[in-house]
Amino acid sequence: MTEDNQSQPTREELQHRMDQIPDVWVKCPFCGKTIYKQQLGQFKECPNCNYAFRLGAQDRIALLCSDFTPLNRNLKVGSRFSEKHYQAKLQQAQATTGLNEAVLTGIGTIDTHRVAIGVMDWRFIMGSLGTVTGELIAQLFETATQQHLPVILFTASGGARMQEGINSLMQMAKVATTIAEHSKQGGLYISYLCDPTTGGVTASFAMEGDLLLSEPHALIGFAGRRVIERTIQQRPPRDFQRAETLLHNGFLDAIVRRSEMKTTLSRILTMHESGVSND
Amino acid sequence: MKAGFLMTKKTAFDRVLAARAQDKITIKDLIAGLTDDFIELHGDRAYGDDAAVYGGIGLLQQQPATLIGIRKADDEKSATDVHFGSAEPDGYRKALRLMKQAEKFQRPVITFINTPGAFPDVNAEYHGQGYLISQLILQGLQLKTPYLAIIVGEGGSGGALALAVGDCVWAFQDSIYSVLSPEGYATILWKDSSRVREAAEIMKLTPPELVEQGIIDKIIPEVRTKAEINQLKQQLFDKIKELSAIPTAELLRRRFARYRKF
Repeated sequence: MTEDNQSQPTREELQHRMDQIPDVWVKCPFCGKTIYKQQLGQFKECPNCNYAFRLGAQDRIALLCSDFTPLNRNLKVGSRFSEKHYQAKLQQAQATTGLNEAVLTGIGTIDTHRVAIGVMDWRFIMGSLGTVTGELIAQLFETATQQHLPVILFTASGGARMQEGINSLMQMAKVATTIAEHSKQGGLYISYLCDPTTGGVTASFAMEGDLLLSEPHALIGFAGRRVIERTIQQRPPRDFQRAETLLHNGFLDAIVRRSEMKTTLSRILTMHESGVSND
Repeated sequence: MKAGFLMTKKTAFDRVLAARAQDKITIKDLIAGLTDDFIELHGDRAYGDDAAVYGGIGLLQQQPATLIGIRKADDEKSATDVHFGSAEPDGYRKALRLMKQAEKFQRPVITFINTPGAFPDVNAEYHGQGYLISQLILQGLQLKTPYLAIIVGEGGSGGALALAVGDCVWAFQDSIYSVLSPEGYATILWKDSSRVREAAEIMKLTPPELVEQGIIDKIIPEVRTKAEINQLKQQLFDKIKELSAIPTAELLRRRFARYRKF
């Protein structure tokens, strides 16, 4: 190993510094202000602009649930997609995140409410939608349908997983079949769009919820900024795909500060526990 | 010897070029050829009328059907009018409106797809490109009438899938269907758009490879002459007849199963 290599901190070392050293400085990716990491607090919100920093799936669950039983923790991309660079990427993502795939699914409790919950994790190959990601989400909806539970799905994804080709595209339709079954039964689906939700995930289940919630300044869009710049030579305004713009244009129900996430969800769940029927 | 080899074996990239060829039948001509009468219907009733989405009601051997296509340039619209075959949110909203109308009047829906993908621009984002595609997928899957999709040329990404969640999906011989363009694939995975031929090879985007993966159900020959179009018309008519005989609940059960398996 050369001296140069030794001076570069490893990914693990950087993570360790972020997790363990209280007075490390971080820069808010939205407003650009430099802040002490500890100022972000337990909800990881920027004290200047309320931007909700990206969270790993397990951290999100810890903020939200008093108990959580994961589903299908062993379901993995098998030998079906055997290309070695892709397999190496999967292994690295599994090691970094402690997850089997880009989504963590399970049954949890929020206050008194039992809910089927899925949390996509951007650290896992940019939260991309592969066949197993789609399968885990589909099975989450099917379990919720069987057990008559509402579903809350936190999305964070760069879109389709290119390495799985057209099979990745088909996940958009596959998950929709299970959402339709859940909905037919009167099931509540809350889609919670987190930073960043883009591409095929935006063009499918992220936008298929009964309620669409998001976090301050989350990036949400279909076509990427660079694709737009390159294809049609437009320079999009800075905030054109931020949650506030989508709210203004009518594509979100609400933007919820992370410190209010749990109470807001709990209130919504309460309001969906009974209805009136004239039949 | 070499020429003979080339004549019998098209590479994946040859197929990409053929799918994009200028002399490919236009959606407008195809719909005109397949129907004995056709009335174009305009507008999404919310915002606008996207020329890239061409749809209306037609008679297919006395069987009324709703026909909707994403079209590239033709004798009526220029390439810029239709953004080179890329639909905007109001185009997708128009398609959804026509599908719902078809359901009300119990007409089958036939879609024709020739698009490199949904139009990537700022206004399309403002008007909910992602949302509209998601709704066409979710509501298209639940459409209570027979739904047949045909990939005519390019079937690019979510913008194509939006109109391709039918009971069956057919594809012309010279067509492709993929998660993104081979150029985009080469750029994203290898940061080198010149490796497009190699990308086309490994993406499994040609009709025979798509049949093998269960993405499409059938390859249909290219149509140019009236006789060829009539042959396709007969096949469509027969398929619709077959699908119309299935009780709605069973039709939807089979459609859901078709997409749940991926």
